[in-house]
Amino acid sequence: MTELDLTADVLVAGGGPAGAWAAVKAAEAGADVILADKGYLGTSGATAAAGTGVWYVQPEPAARERAMASREGLGGYLADREWMARVLDQTYANMHELAEVSRYPFPVGEDGAQIRRGLQGPEYMRRMRVRARRAGVRILDHSPVTELLVDSEGAVAGAAGHRRRHDQAYRVRAGAVVLATGGCAFLSKALGCDVNTGDGALFAAEAGAEMSGMEFSNAYAIAPEFTSVTKTAFYSYATFYHGDGSVLEGAGSTRGRSVIARALLSERVFCRIDRAEEQVRRAMRLAQPNFFLPFDRQGVDPFTELFPVTLLAEGTVRGTGGIRLAGFDCSTSVPGLYAAGDAATREPICGGFTGGGSHNAAWAMSSGTWAGQAAARHARALGAGPARRPVRGTGGAGLRPSTGARQPYREVVEAVQREVLPYEKNYLRHGARLAPALAELDRIWAQARRALHADGAETARARSAAAMAAHARWMYASALTRTESRGMHKREDFPREDPAQHYRIVSGGLDEVWTAPEPGLITVAAAS
Amino acid sequence: MIEIVSRERCIACDKCVEVCPTGVFERGPDGVPLIARQSDCQTCFMCEAYCPADALFVAPRAHPLPEPPDEADLAGRGLLGSYRRQIGWGHGRTPGALLAVGPPLPDAGGAVPAASPANVIIS
Repeated sequence: MTELDLTADVLVAGGGPAGAWAAVKAAEAGADVILADKGYLGTSGATAAAGTGVWYVQPEPAARERAMASREGLGGYLADREWMARVLDQTYANMHELAEVSRYPFPVGEDGAQIRRGLQGPEYMRRMRVRARRAGVRILDHSPVTELLVDSEGAVAGAAGHRRRHDQAYRVRAGAVVLATGGCAFLSKALGCDVNTGDGALFAAEAGAEMSGMEFSNAYAIAPEFTSVTKTAFYSYATFYHGDGSVLEGAGSTRGRSVIARALLSERVFCRIDRAEEQVRRAMRLAQPNFFLPFDRQGVDPFTELFPVTLLAEGTVRGTGGIRLAGFDCSTSVPGLYAAGDAATREPICGGFTGGGSHNAAWAMSSGTWAGQAAARHARALGAGPARRPVRGTGGAGLRPSTGARQPYREVVEAVQREVLPYEKNYLRHGARLAPALAELDRIWAQARRALHADGAETARARSAAAMAAHARWMYASALTRTESRGMHKREDFPREDPAQHYRIVSGGLDEVWTAPEPGLITVAAAS
Repeated sequence: MIEIVSRERCIACDKCVEVCPTGVFERGPDGVPLIARQSDCQTCFMCEAYCPADALFVAPRAHPLPEPPDEADLAGRGLLGSYRRQIGWGHGRTPGALLAVGPPLPDAGGAVPAASPANVIIS
């Protein structure tokens, strides 16, 4: 099968909100843009299938101050005020564009003004696809990127991948690449997240970039048992119960979620959304129709009947770890490589914690905007040369096994899941459980590096399996390094925050994983 | 997971084949899509949202059912196309986004506010 050989100024990998904004903004900056997604721009990723709040705050100093201060403590004071201010500005501007350019049908309040604090995923992403098309972006759906290409100097010069529906390999030589591939939820079946397997982080590391905040990777969302619908916010109106109908004391949707995790180790946990008045119930249905799908389709009334719940891993999708950024333009430490959305670390605005979509949605649209604009500038500065540069692939594990053996990707996926999904390992963290889990992940990686391989359309699955293994190792290495509790990272053996560890943790490496304190962290004023 | 492609309703438009983010469907020999990779379905309901013929049914269970549900029964209960209807997609419907004003919600870590005009939706 002949390979499809394309050139562009900017290649965007990933078609969630960050990738869509990156592609639109790069195109509007004059770049010739290709966006490749492993699924479909419009339905791919954690946002499209959901509804999301947006960190949208009027440009009024007191309101902005409150917005920035509200979560600094929860995030362990690892966020940065300048980044926050920039994200609030950019998000405000982008939401305006959604209303004016994309004609997004925001609800209208009693005062006649649009309420622009939330977005319905399907509607939002359908309109972003239209906007990308109208901006001239060439879209490759069902075309997972499988590796980055670099030039002779090591600068990122494009990417290679596979077009699943054509069973055809492709490569795009480009002046710059934006990785907007999402976080990693380890194929946990959390809503919309099975496309988020951390692929971009693996590609970035292979090209020489680092991660940051990978210890902030233990997000778990509440879902009705055996379902995918991880809409945690409405559980603030719920009460949780033991199987005998007695109340599970201390359990809650936010601070009490670890109580649920602990209980789930030995019993089923039941729930009823029994603190919602009629008016609230109606508002819930309008705000999140998909929240009710599991109930309506199983004939359960969640407001009056008990139903069993589970917790699904959301890893670095809702966690804040990801590719380390080198500047406000969302560049990385590798020339020509940019990162946005959940693929990038969200620490600059969240530190070590985020709850629901709010900050995550704001981060996706803001970082996507900046990464796209900067990638366009970078490509323009290179001139016409990029398309003619000799390039080489950087992909290792799952693509170029070091031996002739062939290990199926499912084996690697299941082995990694056994180490990262269980609550007692990743959520309820303890050094005595993290260390052996990391040792096992190192073994899984070493074997995968030697033998993991797949052909054709399955190549992307082998790469996703490798990405999950790499992701898990950065997570646990960072979690072991941080011998304290900060943000979402809670250690049972180190339950307190340690003022001496008020820094971000950078990590990286593939065959040998390393961690190091972030040099020269810009600290926020409140941290003192 | 996706359980049903209704042969009776399907108009063979390929929309589900195109939009499924995990590539679950293949075009069948007669144009009606086949559920070719059910285990890849992530139960995200997006195919239902895009199906113009209300021909698909995604069961809320994230694992396959022992037997596909009965199509006539689902239709009778108004469940075929129900998600598309709820989000207001389809000709003549009001977009759900226009009505999506949720209840007051706590900020992360906080308690539910008694009442707030600042209604937001959070995932």
